[in-house]
Amino acid sequence: MKLLVCVSKTPETTAKIAFTNDNTEFDSSGVQYIMNPYDEWYALVRALELKEAQGGSVTIIHVGPAANDTIIRKGLAIGADEAVRIDAEPPSALYVARQVAEYAKNENFDIVFLGKESIDYNGSEVGPMLAEMLGLPFVSHATRLEMEGNKAMIVADIDGGDAQLEVETPFVISAAKGLAEQRIPNMRGIMMAKRKPLKVVEPVEAEGLAVAVRFELPPEKGDVKLIDPENMDELVRLLHEEAKVI
Amino acid sequence: MDSNNNGAHSAIAKKAKEDRFQAHDYYLIDELLDDDHLLARDAVRTWVKQEVSPIIEEYAERAECPAHLFKGLAEIGAFGPSLPVEYGGGGMDEMAYGVIMQELERGDSGIRSMASVQGSLVMYPIYKYGSEEQKRKYLPKLGSGELIGCFGLTEPDHGSNPAGMASRVKDDGDAYILNGAKMWITNSPVADIAVVWAKDEEDKVIGMIVEKDMKGYSAPEIHGKWSLRASVTGELVFEDVRVPKANVLPGVRGMRGPLSCLSKARYGIAWGAVGAALDCYDSALRYSQERIQFGKPIGQFQLTQKKLAEMITEITKAQLLVWRLGKLANEDRATPAQISMAKRNNVAMALEVAREARQIHGGMGITNEYPIMRHMMNLESVVTYEGTHDIHLLITGMDVTGFNAFS
Ligand SMILES: Cc1cc2nc3c(=O)[nH]c(=O)nc-3n(C[C@H](O)[C@H](O)[C@H](O)COP(=O)(O)OP(=O)(O)OC[C@H]3O[C@@H](n4cnc5c(N)ncnc54)[C@H](O)[C@@H]3O)c2cc1C
Ligand SMILES: Cc1cc2nc3c(=O)[nH]c(=O)nc-3n(C[C@H](O)[C@H](O)[C@H](O)COP(=O)(O)OP(=O)(O)OC[C@H]3O[C@@H](n4cnc5c(N)ncnc54)[C@H](O)[C@@H]3O)c2cc1C
Repeated sequence: MKLLVCVSKTPETTAKIAFTNDNTEFDSSGVQYIMNPYDEWYALVRALELKEAQGGSVTIIHVGPAANDTIIRKGLAIGADEAVRIDAEPPSALYVARQVAEYAKNENFDIVFLGKESIDYNGSEVGPMLAEMLGLPFVSHATRLEMEGNKAMIVADIDGGDAQLEVETPFVISAAKGLAEQRIPNMRGIMMAKRKPLKVVEPVEAEGLAVAVRFELPPEKGDVKLIDPENMDELVRLLHEEAKVI
Repeated sequence: MDSNNNGAHSAIAKKAKEDRFQAHDYYLIDELLDDDHLLARDAVRTWVKQEVSPIIEEYAERAECPAHLFKGLAEIGAFGPSLPVEYGGGGMDEMAYGVIMQELERGDSGIRSMASVQGSLVMYPIYKYGSEEQKRKYLPKLGSGELIGCFGLTEPDHGSNPAGMASRVKDDGDAYILNGAKMWITNSPVADIAVVWAKDEEDKVIGMIVEKDMKGYSAPEIHGKWSLRASVTGELVFEDVRVPKANVLPGVRGMRGPLSCLSKARYGIAWGAVGAALDCYDSALRYSQERIQFGKPIGQFQLTQKKLAEMITEITKAQLLVWRLGKLANEDRATPAQISMAKRNNVAMALEVAREARQIHGGMGITNEYPIMRHMMNLESVVTYEGTHDIHLLITGMDVTGFNAFS
């Protein structure tokens, strides 16, 4: 099977989030980056498991500048066979989808994997856009994926429950927690990754369409209000009027 | 698990908290490292958070070696990472070896010791001084953790002065008859093989691979350690052990053999100590921001700031020291005396940081809620083994003055 896994770069989960330039840009100073965990832990590992069971190859693709090569190398160290980097700083999800679609359209991948979202902007946008551009079925939030020939049995997370789906290759799938288990690269994998091919591809012209006008942080949590246990009326009033929960 | 203690364990296990460690890189030294160093460090850090942090306080309290971690250490590639792949190593450079040791010791000095001994003190001498047959026979199995090794140099009456060793071999045709006793040997009670140093009939030190099922070999455990409690330490006792001559390391004769191994291990310890210090500092910094006294976080008091500022200053200096030492080691130019300086400085630094960090944690600092006391107690071994603090000072003293002040 020929498998493609899209990987993105996100701030590390404990990073302090701030914005600059009048709240129009993410402030990246002092921020450490990691591979998006949904891509790394679930999408990539499930792709590797399928390859190990049935043969084939796993390619990872990333849209970003050369500074992000460490993240790509990590994917190769975990076990991907080769990598493609589209050399551009992506302005939007649509742009990313367009670049990946351009690369993937003539490569005949059986399955294209993504994470269900990136943990920074939580957009969940690239997957469906990409599937549309490639004219392929899209299954989102998969927690299980089993193959039988070219038929895939998938369990996907839906609001309040699970959906059991069947789809035939080729298709695009986004991975949720449970699809696989995190693999830590070992030293041999890290050394082998140095010798695996990383192809750098020029981007195609693509519009961003949507632009981020402004970002806002959630309001800071207010102080705790202590209410005398005798004063139930006040508690009810506050829950009703301020917290608006009753 | 020891079933008698189950009640106590589950109480401890419940308390086991998330490992919130974050690295500190005040001088942006990461920019001086390559991608593979960063990847190696990240991988070992993740492994330590998953496999070591949740269990280490419990094992240390019970003074039990988490022997199941040998396999994990092997899988991640922590045994002999800088040895060639064909001999069970990882084919990495010395800088990579350093960052791996740093991350392991960030978790626990005992876990780092398990890896130091296997890689630097067992695999390295076999790789460097062993015959091709010995390398093929032992190294891949040591690298994969199928065999565990230990290193027997120190004796009950010869610690800082190993050249005075009393262990001896007598020629007996195709074998040597080994007699003697070794003391303070990391991993000896669980080891399958021991690299043992003893004197031949011409009073020259030779190294040999002794297997645990050879007749006359025993490895009793040393109990009662208040330090490195999660690492097992023992003796090695040899009573007329017949060691085939094919097991003698052909490539070296004299103290240079064991001393070159110690240089490798000390290099890793210089890095490891930075890890232990970072863990203590990280915990103290966080505690100082969260702990309120007199209406403010204690981090707002000058006295706390003095402690934290001095800790990160000393850590940063130590990081620069090992980075430079790593560069020299990669070029095969790190001298034993340079390694001594880094081992001595960094371990003493880590001990000092641990003591200050413990102060910042107040009463909580003496409990197993925080890693501080464990690191502090561990570091008392680290400052003693592989050459004591004072012995390394004498090495530097001899190096700069040309005078031997040992004897
Ligand atoms: C937990 C642990 C694990 C160990 N693992 C191993 C192992 O795997 N393999 C192994 O071979 N060894 C191992 N060791 C032994 C370790 O290397 C020795 O403990 C160390 O070399 C010190 O020797 P000693 O304990 O006999 O102390 P001593 O040599 O008796 O030293 C006692 C004190 O005297 C000082 N001193 C000694 N000579 C001089 C001098 N000339 N001038 C000034 N001061 C001096 C020392 O600095 C020290 O403060 C381990 C030790 C420990 C604690
Ligand atoms: C084994 C043990 C037994 C004990 N037994 C008793 C007992 O029988 N009865 C009892 O009442 N208590 C007892 N204590 C409590 C003990 O007195 C406290 O631990 C001690 O007063 C410190 O308080 P703390 O642990 O809350 O640390 P904190 O007060 O939180 O101090 C944390 C750190 O902040 C520093 N700090 C705090 N305020 C300032 C400041 N203004 N400026 C600069 N630095 C500051 C401290 O020096 C310390 O380094 C015991 C403690 C222990 C560990």
